[in-house]
Amino acid sequence: MTRGVTPTVEETVEVVRLDNGLTILAQPMPWLRTVAFAISFRAGVQAEPEGREGIAGLLCEMAQRGAGPYSSRDVVALQDNLGLDHSSGVSTALASFGAAMPGDSLREALGLYAEIIRRPHLPGDQLEDSRMGALQEVRAVLDEPTQRVVMRLKTMQYGERDGRATCGTEKGLKSISLDDLQAFYQQRFLPSGAILAIAGKFDVAETIAQVRHLFGDWRGEAEEIPSAPGGAPGYEHLRQDSSQTHIGIAFDSVPLGDDAYYPMRAGVGILSDGMSSRLFDRVREQRGLCYSISLSAHSLLQRGAIIGYAGTTPERAQETLDVMLGEIEGLAEGIEPAELERFKVRVQSALIMEQESSWSRVSSLISDWFHRGRVVTMREFEERIEAITVDEILDYWRGHPPGRYRIVTLGKKKLKVRSTE
Amino acid sequence: MSDFRETTLANGLRIAAEIDPRGYSASLGYFVRTGSRDETDPEAGVSHFLEHMMFKGTARRTAADVNRELDELGGNSNAYTSEEQTVYYATVLPKYQDRIVDLLTDMLRPSLTQADFDTERNVILEEIAKYEDQPPFGAFERVLEKHFGPRGLGRRVLGTAESIRAMTRQTMFDYFSRRYAPGNIVLAAAGNVDFDGLVASAEKLTAGWGDLRPAAAPPADPTDTLPEGISLDGVLTNPDAAQAYWVRLNPSPHLNDPDRYVARLLTSILGDDSGSRLFWELIDTGRAESCAMWSQEFIDAGAMFVMLVCNPDDLADNRQVIDRELRKVAAEGVTEAELKQAANKAISGCIMSNERPSNRMFGVGNGWQLRGKYTDLDTVLDRYRAVTTDQVAKLAAKYLDQRVTETLVAAAPEAVA
Repeated sequence: MTRGVTPTVEETVEVVRLDNGLTILAQPMPWLRTVAFAISFRAGVQAEPEGREGIAGLLCEMAQRGAGPYSSRDVVALQDNLGLDHSSGVSTALASFGAAMPGDSLREALGLYAEIIRRPHLPGDQLEDSRMGALQEVRAVLDEPTQRVVMRLKTMQYGERDGRATCGTEKGLKSISLDDLQAFYQQRFLPSGAILAIAGKFDVAETIAQVRHLFGDWRGEAEEIPSAPGGAPGYEHLRQDSSQTHIGIAFDSVPLGDDAYYPMRAGVGILSDGMSSRLFDRVREQRGLCYSISLSAHSLLQRGAIIGYAGTTPERAQETLDVMLGEIEGLAEGIEPAELERFKVRVQSALIMEQESSWSRVSSLISDWFHRGRVVTMREFEERIEAITVDEILDYWRGHPPGRYRIVTLGKKKLKVRSTE
Repeated sequence: MSDFRETTLANGLRIAAEIDPRGYSASLGYFVRTGSRDETDPEAGVSHFLEHMMFKGTARRTAADVNRELDELGGNSNAYTSEEQTVYYATVLPKYQDRIVDLLTDMLRPSLTQADFDTERNVILEEIAKYEDQPPFGAFERVLEKHFGPRGLGRRVLGTAESIRAMTRQTMFDYFSRRYAPGNIVLAAAGNVDFDGLVASAEKLTAGWGDLRPAAAPPADPTDTLPEGISLDGVLTNPDAAQAYWVRLNPSPHLNDPDRYVARLLTSILGDDSGSRLFWELIDTGRAESCAMWSQEFIDAGAMFVMLVCNPDDLADNRQVIDRELRKVAAEGVTEAELKQAANKAISGCIMSNERPSNRMFGVGNGWQLRGKYTDLDTVLDRYRAVTTDQVAKLAAKYLDQRVTETLVAAAPEAVA
């Protein structure tokens, strides 16, 4: 079956690089009623000083406790009254703030976030409240078996620094002083390498002029943080009296910026995207071994990994792990053209539906610029997906055979794991 | 702009659609008026189990065909079961409308083979086990059981491990024959939909649906015993829980009560996840991991929930704060500024979520199935704008003082309650 590339609407992405290092990516989607923006800068957990784990997330929270002319309560009232569906958070490399909103709220929203990023009060008398909130998050993870397993896996995969938990540690959070917070702010909340993406219903020229006005005189260079080596194969079991055994596996892959990401991701899709995917069909549908099973591609700037999860009752756990690894390793033996075709249709539909969401588009713009250093238009992306062949996928999976696994289980009983080397 | 159309087929199937030809996608769903509240004890969990079985093949398709075709159509498709409804839906590119209607319609007349039934039973048991490991560790199910009783609205959607292990294929088939008659089903659509094409397809594909002969009603449940696997204890011990989980339930307006918009804004003012009174007291201060309040509407009842998650040591103090804040609003009402902020937030939230045809489709389907009504977006926005502080004060005084049901889960609940 052949499918022509779907004609999409005219796509224009305006790229403006300010001389302070901030890149502005603006994509109008005039058929929407909403607009979304996100701003990301190099203040992720990778940059946290040793012994201060959790400071990146804590700073994002503290920055919203009053900024410029606004008190903490003003910030929240403004967010609510403008109708912002807002979020903030940290990843390995980045700290981000963003929001989706009705189109006419953008101007005021950008003004508010310029204050939060450039002129936060960081009130000392609220540090304890903020710290307590962050410690709650660390405790919350203890009650989420899936999250615990995946967090531990990431540390085993990427090593102690690049694989840090984004919520920090109890010890790290308790050690952070107001001085630490201010120092981290001065060193990391900076325009070099920062990305501001905007998509949806807005006036491009007017908005870019406003962004220049708000951020043009922002100055400072964040020190580059090279990827730290680390992470080694192995098996760990976290003992807990849970109903299910929670199984996580991870192994090396390629980062998003690498062209081999496409055949790798197609292979992951054939294994795990959709109800006819191999893992869903063979582990859940045919054998009834579990309810949840998934495999996904994860990427840092210079390293990538494939991460899998399944949850199942203890008596079925060993078989679940064995079948799961067998399916992953068996991919290189052959792929039906129809499996690849289904993957392509899914990507195509997802891309077309991305045009119905300003927030999805903003997330893609930020990810493209961070990982690839350029914008990949929806059309270009679709053409690259369309060009993937069965042979290209097999070549990738044969050239990068799954192995050197990191495996984490949580539950009543350990599993038998063959050598992870 | 969007255009609403509806019709009822000769076999009783109702079809309702909000059509917007500018959309990039079409969203379609079957809304079946059946859920856990319609089950008897031996049927506990059957609505949801049956939902899974709809993906296991039909006279025309194997299970693998169903899953493969859903993926070939590329969109988002799924199903869910609640206390009152079972819904099967998909969002696809408009060019796939006929194929997805053919597939979803066929799925609703499943083979229900014994072998598939036995395999899928294990998946359901895994799903029950999965939720046992997840916060809030059964607190939510328990508060509904205590408040509404373990039958009817308080019946667990998943059933219990006991009821699922004991269930037979015949029980499922009989339930199916009573609940999946076309007169009990709505086909809803939104987005870039060809309505005339949809009606023509549905008419052709459901022509045999009226032939389903309903089995006799099962015997009524005993009223003097609890169903197997059910307890009504409001305090649950979970030795591995790091946090304490506390849920409180007040009565609230039902889904035909015009006051439901007032209740939504009241709960937002008190317990939205940002900017609410409980947010400033408990979250901004770091006293709790989360504290949320929201209302849920059923056909003939409503529930206002407060859910608190915190360090067990802080539970008693935090509960006092919640009691104090709720009593204060019941006595004094809310300010104009608070109401305006909550209304703005609700209105923007509606505008944003309605941008996606799938969300419009849920609005159309739920309204048409449960209320027999269609409400367009602008009308909904106007209803939020029309709410006054007087109405909020009256509603708070009426509902926040009513009988309250509570549930607590913690590692050592007796020490912290």
